[in-house]
Order: sequence, then C-alpha cells, then structure tokens
Amino acid sequence: MSEKFEQGVQALRQQIDARISSYFSSCVHCGLCAEACLFYTETNNPRFTPIHKLEPMKKLWRREYTFWGKLGAAFGLGQSLTEDDFAEWETLVYDSCTLCGRCSMICPVGNDITYMIRKQREGFSVAGYAPDGMKEATRRALKIGSPMGVTYKTLKAALAHVEKDTGMTIPVDKQGADYMTLFSSMEIVNFPEYIESIARIFDAAGVSWTISSKAFEATNSGIQIGNKEAAAELVNRVVIAAEKLGIKTVISPECGHAYTAIRWEGPNLIGRKYPFEVIHILELLDQLKKEGRLQLEYKDSIPMTLHDPCQIVRRGGVVKQPRDLLNSVAEHFTEMKDHGVMNWCCGGGGGVSANERAEPLRLQVFNRKKSQLDELGVNTLVTACANCRIILEEGLEHNEMDTEVISLTELIADHLVKDESNA
Amino acid sequence: MGQFIDGPLWTFSLSVFVLGVIWRVVTILIAGNRSDLATAKGSAGKGAIRTVFSRFVPERTVATRGRIQLIAGYLFHLGLLALLFFAKPHVDFIAERITGLSWSAMPHWAFIVSAEAAFIGLILLWLHRVLNPVTRLLSDLDDHVGSILVFLVMLTGCLALAQAFEPLRLIHLLLAELLLIYFPFSKLMHAFTFVMSRGYTGATMGRKGINA
Repeated sequence: MSEKFEQGVQALRQQIDARISSYFSSCVHCGLCAEACLFYTETNNPRFTPIHKLEPMKKLWRREYTFWGKLGAAFGLGQSLTEDDFAEWETLVYDSCTLCGRCSMICPVGNDITYMIRKQREGFSVAGYAPDGMKEATRRALKIGSPMGVTYKTLKAALAHVEKDTGMTIPVDKQGADYMTLFSSMEIVNFPEYIESIARIFDAAGVSWTISSKAFEATNSGIQIGNKEAAAELVNRVVIAAEKLGIKTVISPECGHAYTAIRWEGPNLIGRKYPFEVIHILELLDQLKKEGRLQLEYKDSIPMTLHDPCQIVRRGGVVKQPRDLLNSVAEHFTEMKDHGVMNWCCGGGGGVSANERAEPLRLQVFNRKKSQLDELGVNTLVTACANCRIILEEGLEHNEMDTEVISLTELIADHLVKDESNA
Repeated sequence: MGQFIDGPLWTFSLSVFVLGVIWRVVTILIAGNRSDLATAKGSAGKGAIRTVFSRFVPERTVATRGRIQLIAGYLFHLGLLALLFFAKPHVDFIAERITGLSWSAMPHWAFIVSAEAAFIGLILLWLHRVLNPVTRLLSDLDDHVGSILVFLVMLTGCLALAQAFEPLRLIHLLLAELLLIYFPFSKLMHAFTFVMSRGYTGATMGRKGINA
C-alpha cells in the first residue's frame, strides 16, 4: 500500500460528514439519478450512473460507519477500499461528471450527489488519481497564477487593446474602488471582447471599479480537481488583493465554477467570512438596470435562447437575472424545454474541458444539447460562462450546426444607449 | 412458541427497532457538518422544509424517464402505509400493544385495494431492480433482503387475515419481528433518513436561494 494511497484514503475519510452519512444511509439504489445525467442518457452506459461514481467513498463509509461493515472488519471479512478502486474509478469521477448538479435536483431522497463527488475528488487528488490535464492546470494556477498560464503581462496587453479601441482608461489597482472585477483565463485569451463589454457598461453606468494586477484570475482549478489547499490558496489571493485595495464588492465573471469558488466555497476554504461582498456579473447588471443606471436601446428581433451555466444557475442561484436581462434586449427569447435549474450541462464543466482524454466522451454527450437546440429550432444561443461558450462552440462545430453563441454581458453592452461621451 | 413470538420476541424486536433507529440517526448527526461561512441569499430552514416536501412531487425528468419507478414507488409506499396503519388487525394491535390509542380502520374494500397496490408496486420495483441494467449494477444483498422480507410480511399478513388462522398470524408476526430487527441495520432506514438527506440538501440550496 503506497503512502499516497493511504493519504488519499485519509483525505476521503475526512470528507464523510453528517450530510454524506445521511446520503449513503438514504440511497435505495433506485437509479433515477442516471436519468438526470447526460453521461448516462447519451451513452446508456450504467457505469455512468451518478451514485455509482461514488462506490469508492461508499465502500469506505460502509466499512467504517455501518454495523455490517464494522462487524465484517472485526472478523476480517468484507471489502476494504483498495488502490485498484481509485485506479478503476478515476475516469468515472473526473471524465464523466461535470459537477453539474442535475442528479442532485431529482434524487427522491434528496441526496446532493454532486456535493459527494466534489468531496470524493479530494481523496482521489491526494492519492494521485486525477487527470494529467487537471493536475497541470492546478500546478500552473498555483505557480503562474492562471490554469492557462496567463500572466498579468497578457492581461495588460489585452487591456491596452481595449483602451485603444474604446478610448477609455481601464482602472488597475485603484485604491478604494467600489468593485474589483475578476476574469477567467478563457475570457482574457479567447473572449477579450468581454473585458471591453464590462468596461463600456461600467463607464455608462458610472460604476467605480478596478482590476487588481495581483489577483485578476477567477478560475479555481483547486475546486475542480478536488484539492482544498490549492483552492484555498487561489481564493486567498483574491481576498488579500481585495482587502488591500479596500474593495466593497468583488465581481465574479461569467465563468460558472469561478462563481461557485469565490461566492460559495471561498469563505469555507479560507475559514473566515469576507470583509466584502461577492456578486456575479449578471446580478450586478440586473441590479444596475433596476436602478436605472443601465440604459438599453432597441430589442433584437432574431429568436434567441439561453443556455444556463450549471454553476451560476442550478448551483449558484442566479436564475431570474439572466432571463430579465435577456428579455430586455431580445424580442423573441424562447426557453428550452428543460431550462433554469433543470437545464442540461454543456458537458465540459467541473474540469472536464481541461481533461484531454475526456474529449471523445464530452463530444458524445453534447448530443443532449444538440437535441435541445434541434427541438427548439433557434439558432442564437446566449450564455454567461466562458467555459460553456467554448464547449458549446466546439460541440456545434463538431456537429456542423449553424448556431451562434453569444455572451449575455456582451449582448447587453451592444445594446447600451449610444452616447457621444461613450464613443 | 406462539407465546414467545407474541411476548418476549415482540418486546425484543420492538426495542431493537427503536434503539437501532435512534442509534443510526445519532451516528449520522454526530458526524457533524461545518458551519457555512458564505453569506446566505436565502433561508436554510425554509429551504430544508421546502425540499423535504417538494421531493414528493416528481420533476419532469422523473415523470418521463423514470415513470416505472415513480408509479411503482408510489403504489408500493402508499399501499404499505395504508396497510400498516389502517388495516383493522393493525389498528387493534397498535392500540392494545403499543400506543393505547385507537383510530378508525379502513373498510375491507380499501384493504384489498391497498394490498393490491402494495404488491404490484413492490413486485414491479423488484423486477425493475433485477432487469434494468442501472439498478442491477447498483443493487446489493441488502436491497434484495429488504424487498423479500417486506414481501413475505405483506403476503403472510394478507393470508392471515383471509384465513383467520392462528399459525398464519404467528408466522406474520414472526416475520414482522425479523423485519423490525433487520430495519436499523439496512437500507430500510431511508424511511427515517430521507428527512435528513432532503433537509441537508434543501438547507444548502435554500442558502443559495435555490428551490431544490
């Protein structure tokens, strides 16, 4: 038995709290969670049943927390958790779960299976059983500051482009600003127009804001791989920067799991409450609109639909705001049949997009989103997560679908009332 | 033998059931949960209560893709609860041996409907368990033992009532006692822990302002 394996088992043991104990005690193996999981519905492979992905943790729980398990252990009977279990389940835990949380919404006994898988990953990552792509992303995040290797120099170059295109000055390290905004690496590298959009919106709405040169990255690979120390370190960088600048509110970008990391898991990871608030960009836009600070003009006549990013909507609670915002700029906004907290995942969340070996499976399960879009017949898909956006674009390309993917924040920026002073 | 089943074994099995259930619930509670330091958007308490009840109403995915489990599950659980608390012999037994309280028993036709619903539901659930690739993969010995024990208790209970034959009543009682002893150590505990699992999830989601 290797030392790392033992440490992994110990890490797994530490995750078993009252919630997880009640979940394992309640599960009656009804299999309904499979029907909510796109990895099962699109493959019909029973191994992709969400609760089955938790067999290693269940094995440990049964052995150490149940009457029969303890009795068996006392007589040298029954099964213990082995290193082979980690090896065999690694792909189930990382490749075929996006932590989307859909299974948690339908379990008849109310088990939050996604929470359990997130916790199980803590044991797997300590034992060394995690995908290379995610390990590398986490290493880069800790060493360089971004899972994609984006440095402040890269961001500075992107900001220079925005400043040149808009004639605005982007505030960096502005002491005492009301808001400090974060970005995901994917936004900086793939969708710099997001940066321009928020600069234009904040300028029009008169928002006091800044970017920190020390902590601009919102992506948290530690959350995805299941390494609470790494996740805490990444959250802490943001907290320290916001505290130094005397920020009132930190803005989470469109990136889905970044919101979960900074808004919901962050204080628990660092073990203290923040001295500032955290708001998602969509919550802020909705708030500015309601305060009359966001003046929007005309509505697009092309039919549009919304892809709900799981971590923002189902796991984050930002459900109504994206709808209100989209309705304010789209004349024909139509919902998919399963939407809001029951929307289907893009297939690339929870670190799956950083896991190269998962790509064929990810493209296969994209069929669920394809079916939703085919059924609706709408060719403009609005979303609010850079990761969803890139995964959707890849899936659409793979299926040769003529559907455009738009960021909701960018769409809002495009509808700002034109003002000469904003030009 | 009859006196043993009717007397000491009943007392023993009921004690194991009550103490076992309390022990299981306490062991879950003492595992503890860390307090959530993230600023809440909504109420954890309201979320917990909402989810405890809202999960009785099936979401569309369950109503379409899981309709066999849904229909069979409701038939079985409703039928079983009706039999357990409203079959005439049970009402009398509970009044005489457990609570001292009595209530109206259901008429014979309702007993027949309840028994049929419970049997159909249980048999369908078990067939689904062994025939469906997902449930076949998930199921373990405990799932089958629980199903078979409940089936035998229901079967002997119906036969005892139909035949009014004392040995059948004793066999029914003996099996019910075995079920009570087995209960705290098995998945049958979900009858109590579902309130906790739904509650924990509902509380977490409630803090986030999500109706789960």
